[in-house]
Amino acid sequence: MDDLAIELKGIDKSFGAVHANKNINLAVRKGTIHGIIGENGAGKSTMMSILYGFYQADRGDIMVNGSKVIIRDPNVAIASGIGMVHQHFMLVDNFTVLENVMLGAEENAILNRGITNARAELKRLEKEYALDVDADAVIEELPVGLQQRVEILKALYRSAEILILDEPTGVLTPAEADHLFRILRQLRDQGKTIILITHKLREIMAITDEVSVMRRGEIVATRETAKTSVEELAELMVGRRVLLQVEKGDANPADVKLAVTNLTVRDGRGVVMVDNVSLDVRAGEIVGIAGVAGNGQSELLEAITGIRRAESGTVLLDGEAIGATGEADPALLRKRGLAHVPEDRHHMGLVLSFEENENAILGYHDDPEYLNGPMLNLENIRKAAQRSVEKYDIRPPDVRLKTANFSGGNQQKIVLAREMERDPIVLIIGQPTRGVDVGAIEFIHKRIIEMRDAGKAILLVSVELDEIRSLSDRILVMFAGRVVGERTPEATEGELGLLMAGVEEDQEAAQ
Amino acid sequence: MSSPYEKLPGWVEYVLIPLINLTVAFLVAGLVVLIVGQSPIKAASLLVQGAFGYGEGLGFTLYYATNFIFTGLAVSVAFHCGLFNIGGEGQAYIGGLGVALVCLWLDGIFPWYLTFLVAVTASALFGAAWAFIPGYLQAKRGSHVVITTIMFNFIASSLMVYMLVEVIKPLGSMAPQTRTFLEGGQLPRLDWLLAMFGFDIGGAPFNLSFIVALVAAFFVWVLIWRTRLGYEIRTMGASPTAARYAGIKDARIIIITMLISGGLAGMMALNPIMGDQHRLQLDFVAGAGFVGIAVALMGRSHPVGIIPAAILFGVLYQGGAEISFEMPEISRDMITIIQGLVILFAGALENMFRPALVAFFATMRGAGNPSEVSTSGE
Repeated sequence: MDDLAIELKGIDKSFGAVHANKNINLAVRKGTIHGIIGENGAGKSTMMSILYGFYQADRGDIMVNGSKVIIRDPNVAIASGIGMVHQHFMLVDNFTVLENVMLGAEENAILNRGITNARAELKRLEKEYALDVDADAVIEELPVGLQQRVEILKALYRSAEILILDEPTGVLTPAEADHLFRILRQLRDQGKTIILITHKLREIMAITDEVSVMRRGEIVATRETAKTSVEELAELMVGRRVLLQVEKGDANPADVKLAVTNLTVRDGRGVVMVDNVSLDVRAGEIVGIAGVAGNGQSELLEAITGIRRAESGTVLLDGEAIGATGEADPALLRKRGLAHVPEDRHHMGLVLSFEENENAILGYHDDPEYLNGPMLNLENIRKAAQRSVEKYDIRPPDVRLKTANFSGGNQQKIVLAREMERDPIVLIIGQPTRGVDVGAIEFIHKRIIEMRDAGKAILLVSVELDEIRSLSDRILVMFAGRVVGERTPEATEGELGLLMAGVEEDQEAAQ
Repeated sequence: MSSPYEKLPGWVEYVLIPLINLTVAFLVAGLVVLIVGQSPIKAASLLVQGAFGYGEGLGFTLYYATNFIFTGLAVSVAFHCGLFNIGGEGQAYIGGLGVALVCLWLDGIFPWYLTFLVAVTASALFGAAWAFIPGYLQAKRGSHVVITTIMFNFIASSLMVYMLVEVIKPLGSMAPQTRTFLEGGQLPRLDWLLAMFGFDIGGAPFNLSFIVALVAAFFVWVLIWRTRLGYEIRTMGASPTAARYAGIKDARIIIITMLISGGLAGMMALNPIMGDQHRLQLDFVAGAGFVGIAVALMGRSHPVGIIPAAILFGVLYQGGAEISFEMPEISRDMITIIQGLVILFAGALENMFRPALVAFFATMRGAGNPSEVSTSGE
């Protein structure tokens, strides 16, 4: 058994009544890339947090390189040669690369000698693993892909032999993701062991040697990647057969229902986030906006829905201006037929501490159906919530349950039910399936297509390129606040990827 | 998995945890008493005896509790909107001005029940007016209410000194207080209420304000959980971004919430002024505004929690007075220390024993039932 880098034996972990990890047995061979795949809430992150010392297992043993280790905290994990690259980077934004890499491993109170040594070591690592980064660059000025590289360097600097990467491609363009995979392969070839946590089946197939599938806190299968298929893995993850391809007919676009003209939006610091964007959405079509997160999509949606004030430009909803630069009011826009599924359901679309039925009326609580004068009509509210719970198969079907206790997919269904059930004219949808399990994705995609076929004008924003390509009738690509190109859904991933990286921006004026 | 702390049965959440916290607070307080060389057991029995043991003590306990119910409700309403109104002290003080002006004006003209109706309104209006400026500044200018309400406590204090010394003190009087109200400005005591349980309240000033406090508590419950305004207040408090998304006008809600909060704090003035002293004196609030913060914390901002929490602090006030009377070695300051410990364990450290209890109940329940979750209480 000496070729195992990590072995988990009978790991068990509960949070209150939630049994997050059940009798986990996992063996990761040295010098391989081992994928861990599973739906949100399947227990992947808990398992890795136990391995990295953030949590203690209730039962079970962890073996590193064949000997038992008790990982009390991350320091023990680091000392055992385990390094972790978190989904949200743990970097100090206004420090340089060098300062970040040596943070927590400074050697001395006086930094002088430490800096010299760290610089030499960083040079060596960069050369050995071909990880080029400017040691004196400030983190906040680096693109996301490079920031991630700094995280990897940080782990290597602490002599990590085993690297855990948690959803590493969520924030990357396809090109950056490819580059990351090249780096990971090279690290493997030089003898490092890599554990890759992801919910993207394609990544598992592209890069791993072995893959373990988690479902409801258990490892349900471990396969050699070469001997399995996307279909088999999806089925193992969900526990039943799933349809990965969305079925939809041709669009029948009619009148323009949403017209955005020369819209410019600045953020709180005065930085231009949306730069002179114009777009149209017609009844009966889905317009998808592709782009890496942070290129102005969020601000665009917020300006269109009246949540954020635009600096200039106009937005016409069904032919009438919404007052985007001044008096736009989300409550009024809702009454005029604009429904909005926000990108961030935890902070915007839902109040997690509320009961399900209270969230089912959020934004529509002015509806006379839900009121008796100044009082809430609890009976009507709960009845309406009960109907949508049944129609959207929200589980558990308990309208009095606290929203935080629903899974991500069911929370998203609560938002979708609320926004779709009121026969809107225009539907704005941000990240419809972020943090949503595969089974619910299928359902949500189907509902979106149904809404299109019912003649709604739909504007869709997603960082999942696959989702944009399979749902949209037209695709706009945003980069640095501008629409840098329009494509049909037949466009290749490579072509869209280049646009997302801003490569063709010069040839393609906005529209 | 995102919130593993929220899976406790209701009775543990709302009964067992506060009880454990309270017990620990009293144990530590007992240690303090032991350190000064006194018997904690004697102190504890004096506390209970003084607060509940005889009619007059009980009357005083409930009299103090009345103050704390009002101020606790004031703090809790603001809490629900995510606002920390620590200006209850000043708002109650100014509320007192409203009560006194009404009584001075009407006590010779109207019977008490008519004066009372006008005085209730005036106390709420004056308190609300004092909270309006901080509320407005928070809503429109982003000035933090914690800072502005605390400053308004000082302004209220100076203003009242000026009013009592220069304006409403009777001519020729040496004391900074108004004249004593006539009968038309005095609230009836509730001696009959305790007499039903066989207690004689003696000289305790337990009065009609207690009933007003209970009505106010019910009103707050209806407001927060049963009205559209309450829904909007709770949305603002739980998630300001969700409130903006829902089209809730944040400035409006902040101002309205502060008005209600200030109004409730102002109504506290009824109890000492119209119910007990029958005149307006300097510093009549005596810290009740700040105790309201502890009461709201301990009562989880829910009226059903606030009433027992207010009574607990009434016990500490009344029983504490009894201890310092019977055991002179234990000074007033020691009593304040004990009250501080209760606030520390019940408020600030309320989650200290939670993880252990969560683990305990998880093992008790066994591993087999991960889907069980408790619905949120109201």
